[in-house]
Amino acid sequence: MANAALNRPVARKVLLMGTCLCDAFFDDVARASVEVLEHLGVEVVFPEDQTCCGQPAFNSGDWKASRKVACFTAKVFSGDLPVIVPSGSCAAMNFHGNPLQFEDCPDPTIDSLARRTWEIMDFIVHGLGVTSWPGSLAQPTRVAFHRSCHTRGTRSGDATAGLLETVGNLTLLPFGQAEQCCGFGGTFSVTFPHISGRMGSLKLDHLLELNPDMLTSGDMSCLMHLGGLATAQGRQVPYRHAVQILRDALQP
Amino acid sequence: MSHQLIDTYAREISDAKQHSVSDGSAAGTEKRYQILAKDYADPDSLRRLAGAIKDHTLHHLGHYLTQAEEALTARGATVHFADTDADARATILDILRSHGVSRLTKSKSMAAEEIHLNPFLIENGIECLESDLGEFIVQLDNDEPSHIVKPIIHKNRREIAATFLRDGIAPDYNDDPQVITRRARVFLREKFFQAQAGITGANFVSAETGRLVLVTNEGNARFGMAPTDVHIALVGIEKIVPRDRDFGVFLNLLGRSATGQQLTVYTQFINGPRAENQPSGPRHMHVVFMNNGRTDVLASNCREILRCIRCGACQNVCPVYRQASGHAYRSTYGGPVGAVLSPLLFGDRFPELADLPKASSLCGACNEVCPVDIPIPDLLLRLRDKAKREEVPSPGAPPMAPFATLATSPALWRTAMTMSKAMNHLPIQVAPIKPLQDWLGQRTLPEWRGGDFRKWLKGR
Repeated sequence: MANAALNRPVARKVLLMGTCLCDAFFDDVARASVEVLEHLGVEVVFPEDQTCCGQPAFNSGDWKASRKVACFTAKVFSGDLPVIVPSGSCAAMNFHGNPLQFEDCPDPTIDSLARRTWEIMDFIVHGLGVTSWPGSLAQPTRVAFHRSCHTRGTRSGDATAGLLETVGNLTLLPFGQAEQCCGFGGTFSVTFPHISGRMGSLKLDHLLELNPDMLTSGDMSCLMHLGGLATAQGRQVPYRHAVQILRDALQP
Repeated sequence: MSHQLIDTYAREISDAKQHSVSDGSAAGTEKRYQILAKDYADPDSLRRLAGAIKDHTLHHLGHYLTQAEEALTARGATVHFADTDADARATILDILRSHGVSRLTKSKSMAAEEIHLNPFLIENGIECLESDLGEFIVQLDNDEPSHIVKPIIHKNRREIAATFLRDGIAPDYNDDPQVITRRARVFLREKFFQAQAGITGANFVSAETGRLVLVTNEGNARFGMAPTDVHIALVGIEKIVPRDRDFGVFLNLLGRSATGQQLTVYTQFINGPRAENQPSGPRHMHVVFMNNGRTDVLASNCREILRCIRCGACQNVCPVYRQASGHAYRSTYGGPVGAVLSPLLFGDRFPELADLPKASSLCGACNEVCPVDIPIPDLLLRLRDKAKREEVPSPGAPPMAPFATLATSPALWRTAMTMSKAMNHLPIQVAPIKPLQDWLGQRTLPEWRGGDFRKWLKGR
């Protein structure tokens, strides 16, 4: 559904879009993104004025509000460097959501941001050409990888699974109904609390089928939702962004 | 009211109904994924081709409708056009009266559901029996179908066995599916022989030849027509395809997407009324092309939904549909396709149905399985935008203007992030904010670490 632009730029210097969730809760994911990219010889610039991609307002249908945020964000990330995002959902906002909400009022800065945006795992595998990860986890770890919905139709899911499979001491576990959503959906989880909760519980049932040591995904929003539900239900399970796993695997 | 209607509906339906719906739809999804991948190296290309054929037809709908009308007329069928639901009902009643019909059977048709044809004909003194097994059961129970291809997905066999006993279809209670089917068959067989007309929908109509395609798994459309003299096909104007050869693309996708079958058990190609050299079949064929809001959809920014071939794949895969059932959508079409189509098709009901497009986490599974590649999540978003612009209230939705202000004020944003850490020390579980309480009732939040990444970055 959310196709990334073709012929996106690849460079040894990139802009990091840290995402609002990492800003508020998951600082280590943003930090792992920097560390992994630097390990691959990429210089990372973090534009300090960045806030949020605007998705909460966009998904709520308040496009007046979300266009305002998108214009601001596009300006903060202006230029010609690749924009790297440790979130399939925020990346898709840049290259799919924004063109949609600007379809009747095209804007060159919005187009430029769309053309330069990469989800981080997609960038590592398809941008930088890294298909094998030179590292290993400290102990054997069985991981259930949830392909976040906003990476459907992009190459991020396969890129992430493929790269994780090459990490030493890591085994990816299969589980049922893999195509099903975790139920978060941003404001959806607020306006549809019952359905969202049921979707999340079902997703957990499937993810936890084989008792994984850890859950992972390319989106902290899914993991935050699943982790929060799991804790509330007394079936707590550690979760980490895929880029944190890559970083952990580099540590001696 | 603080909650969305569909969420409330999902909260209140019985466990039995919810399980019937989720089990029935999940089973269909697994099978569909398998068969498409098994038979086609690149099913996505086929889906895009089908979408492109439909788009092309819709862009030239006037041309192809005229062509279809001419071809059908040349084959001896009578073509009618109905602009509204009332026109379609009146047209069909007139046809039936002109042929002196008082008893008929009807095969499954979403177009007929859309205009509530059945109750209308019964009110007007015509015995109108549904011959699709699922629809027959819906009719006995005075219920509503809840799925496009599996109208009784919300029922289990025990309920059906009880209905059959209650209505005298069965002499005793027996919930073995084979027994249920055999009993329905015995009952319906007599009705087929007594019927004077058969009403059907149409899955596709070729503009090139006027040839009409009908698919069923029960053979009921064919059986319904064989002993009668009058065939009426009620057809939405979006059902046209340009040429006969296009049937190949759509039939291959329809069975696989709908039920995981390579082809439905019965595929009928109807070339017109009975010819001189044919031994049986209706001598009179009427095709009623119905608009009923479709040209309004065509004029909207959600026209891609008219590509829909009514396979139900989006319903099967939709996690919200699985929790809420088709009835939660309060209209003929439920699930993702209904969330787009219903508010548009019944245009005067837009404010009343504007909540339907919100009942989605925008997960995109519907687009992934759609045989005509309809970008359903995009259409849901456009309709959310429309609802906001038209100021339709949205229960429980947090206002977004303050968020936009915060997210465009970088200094304020950074301060808010740093201050958010105070939340760790506040008992937010008791905060008097209803949506937050609901959310935290089922989930915990991670520790606030606002600004920590920026601090780390600066400190290096």
